[in-house]
Amino acid sequence: MAESNEYVRKVAEEKYKYGFTTDIHTEIIEKGLNEDVIRLISAKKEEPEWLLEFRLEAYRYWLTQKEPKWGHLQMPEIDYQSISYYADPTKKKDGSENKEIDPELMKTFDKLGIPLEERLALSGMAVDAVMDSVSVKTTFKEKLAEKNIIFCSISEAVKEHPELVRQYLGSVVPYRDNYFAALNSAVFSDGSFVYIPKNTRCPMELSTYFRINAINTGQFERTLIVCDEGSYVSYLEGCTAPMRDENQLHAAIVEIVVMDNAEVKYSTVQNWYPGDSEGKGGVLNLVTKRGHLRGANSKLSWTQVETGSAITWKYPSCILTGDNSQAEFYSVAVTNNFQQADTGTKMIHIGKNTRSTIISKGISAGKSQNSYRGLVKIGKNADGARNYSSCDSLLLGSECGAHTFPYMDVHNNTATVEHEATTSKISEDQLFYCNQRGISTEDAVGLIVNGYAKDVINKLPMEFAVEAQKLLAVSLEGTVG
Amino acid sequence: MLEIKNLHASINGKEILKGVDLTINNGEIHALMGTNGAGKSTLSNVIVGHPAYEVTEGSITFNGQNLLEMKPEERAHAGIFLSFQHPVEIPGVSMVNFMRAAVNARQKAKDEEPIKSTDFLKQMREKRKLVEIDNKLVNRSVNEGFSGGEKKRNEIFQMAMLEPKFCILDETDSGLDVDALRIVAEGFNKLRSAETSAMVITHYQRLLDYIRPDVVHVLIDGRIVKTGGPELALEIENKGFDWIKNSI
Repeated sequence: MAESNEYVRKVAEEKYKYGFTTDIHTEIIEKGLNEDVIRLISAKKEEPEWLLEFRLEAYRYWLTQKEPKWGHLQMPEIDYQSISYYADPTKKKDGSENKEIDPELMKTFDKLGIPLEERLALSGMAVDAVMDSVSVKTTFKEKLAEKNIIFCSISEAVKEHPELVRQYLGSVVPYRDNYFAALNSAVFSDGSFVYIPKNTRCPMELSTYFRINAINTGQFERTLIVCDEGSYVSYLEGCTAPMRDENQLHAAIVEIVVMDNAEVKYSTVQNWYPGDSEGKGGVLNLVTKRGHLRGANSKLSWTQVETGSAITWKYPSCILTGDNSQAEFYSVAVTNNFQQADTGTKMIHIGKNTRSTIISKGISAGKSQNSYRGLVKIGKNADGARNYSSCDSLLLGSECGAHTFPYMDVHNNTATVEHEATTSKISEDQLFYCNQRGISTEDAVGLIVNGYAKDVINKLPMEFAVEAQKLLAVSLEGTVG
Repeated sequence: MLEIKNLHASINGKEILKGVDLTINNGEIHALMGTNGAGKSTLSNVIVGHPAYEVTEGSITFNGQNLLEMKPEERAHAGIFLSFQHPVEIPGVSMVNFMRAAVNARQKAKDEEPIKSTDFLKQMREKRKLVEIDNKLVNRSVNEGFSGGEKKRNEIFQMAMLEPKFCILDETDSGLDVDALRIVAEGFNKLRSAETSAMVITHYQRLLDYIRPDVVHVLIDGRIVKTGGPELALEIENKGFDWIKNSI
């Protein structure tokens, strides 16, 4: 048998079809970070005093902290003073507000497959479109308002629903949580706010599309979802960025609160620019996502398909406080070329009879490093808690790495915790079998990888499952053969 | 028509085929017999283009096309099919998706539109009956958890779906009980036509009771040392290979 090493060595330039740049006037504030910059951001967003205080407290805390180094990552040095913290593509050159959305912006989102005109939109899906630091448009707001559902940018929510934002912001991810959470809390720009009132089933999929466009800027997404008693919402986020030689920083916080008998499904298709085949450029995706299952019988599921970013550092987590609450984490993380991913979840069981499921599928190719890192913690009062974890790694080639770091911390002896892990490779025999049936090696890899990831892909809303399948195949193009 | 001339091939630097000449005309079935390690599987792997084997000398043409210059999938598109001796398992990929990918790859190679879902599923149903494959099997992952007999039936099922012009059956009879052997062989026979040809590799006469060869070859130490009619297979069944070895 030829060395599979050789078989796989040739790594072609990956096709990234979202790598274009929009040429649009963007108001960008001076690079650098200090209290004045934070005051400026807060002033631009016309924020109330309490929010400015929140930001400043977070900033002062951030100054006392150091970047975490425990990830299995080679993190490039980030110069926080060389980044601009606010870029607004919706402002006219004279600084005044555009009444209409700039056609260039509309075109950009059209090109990304996210039409902002409601008549063109995918049926049954409302979108909040965020470019750089600003939400460009939120569709179907009025229609959702008929059911008293709030879906808008977080900036708008601060103005229109300050009591709700103040009650929940930072309640799941406090700014003291970690270094990047503190940074985000200090400088966060836009993201989405969702409130589903009691006993309401959200009639549409809600989604936010994040786009980075401006150069040398960071994007600090902040999303807050509150699902009140007996309600249901399915939410999806997508992300892309232009191809640039410099790293771009995306440090986000997503907080989710789930009340009694409520259910939230949160899906991510992350396709940030991954850098080129030499490892140059790409987005640093440093994200804190957490859901609090506050209510009894509440449910939360995270589904993520991570194909982009030079570095991914994220652990969508669940705190299961409500008795009988159920949490799920389904993840496919693909790394190719020089991409690095350190991703997984934390399941913190506090309530009785709480249940969690973790299904993680890592796929590594090229010279990439792909790690699963997860914590299952069972508190002393979590009688009858159950966790099942399954972490699989698939290697394409022999120059990539797959790692699993499962942590367990069990303080209740009525709990059941199960962990399974496998590592496999696509064998030359499997590829040849496909070839003999007329399937090219490229298509065979796509077929096998999608088969491997289907347990996770099937959890996505239908339209996105198809997209995600294509994305997996494209991300791995040129890895074999 | 498949034409092999003076074929030399090696694996990991070791020469296995040492000058094979073989011509198989349309409509013909050739049986290839021989001792273990004689090079029977090597020959079939070289015909379908397995990357582990290196052809050092000689030629293979198929209907005038130079096979040795074609990728394995291009050879498949040209109508060459191998029923593997040890079909590999592909976890997570359902037979339905696998077959669809294979059929559509062939369509694409012919510059034709992908097959319609309804037509495809209808074809799957019809061909499945040919080798008595259970519907449950086609919804499972490729060969995963299949018994030895099921794997072999699945190979013939794929053959039926892909309608090849030239088939190689590499020890399709090994590991099959009498009933399964009959099903597989009868399935194969239904697929025969004046346009198709086949090479059947086997150690035993019992497969040739069902699939009647026109020509029988004996391969020993990388060369075809004897060629005859169907009666040669019977002679080998009775006397073994030693008398042939001794006569060369």
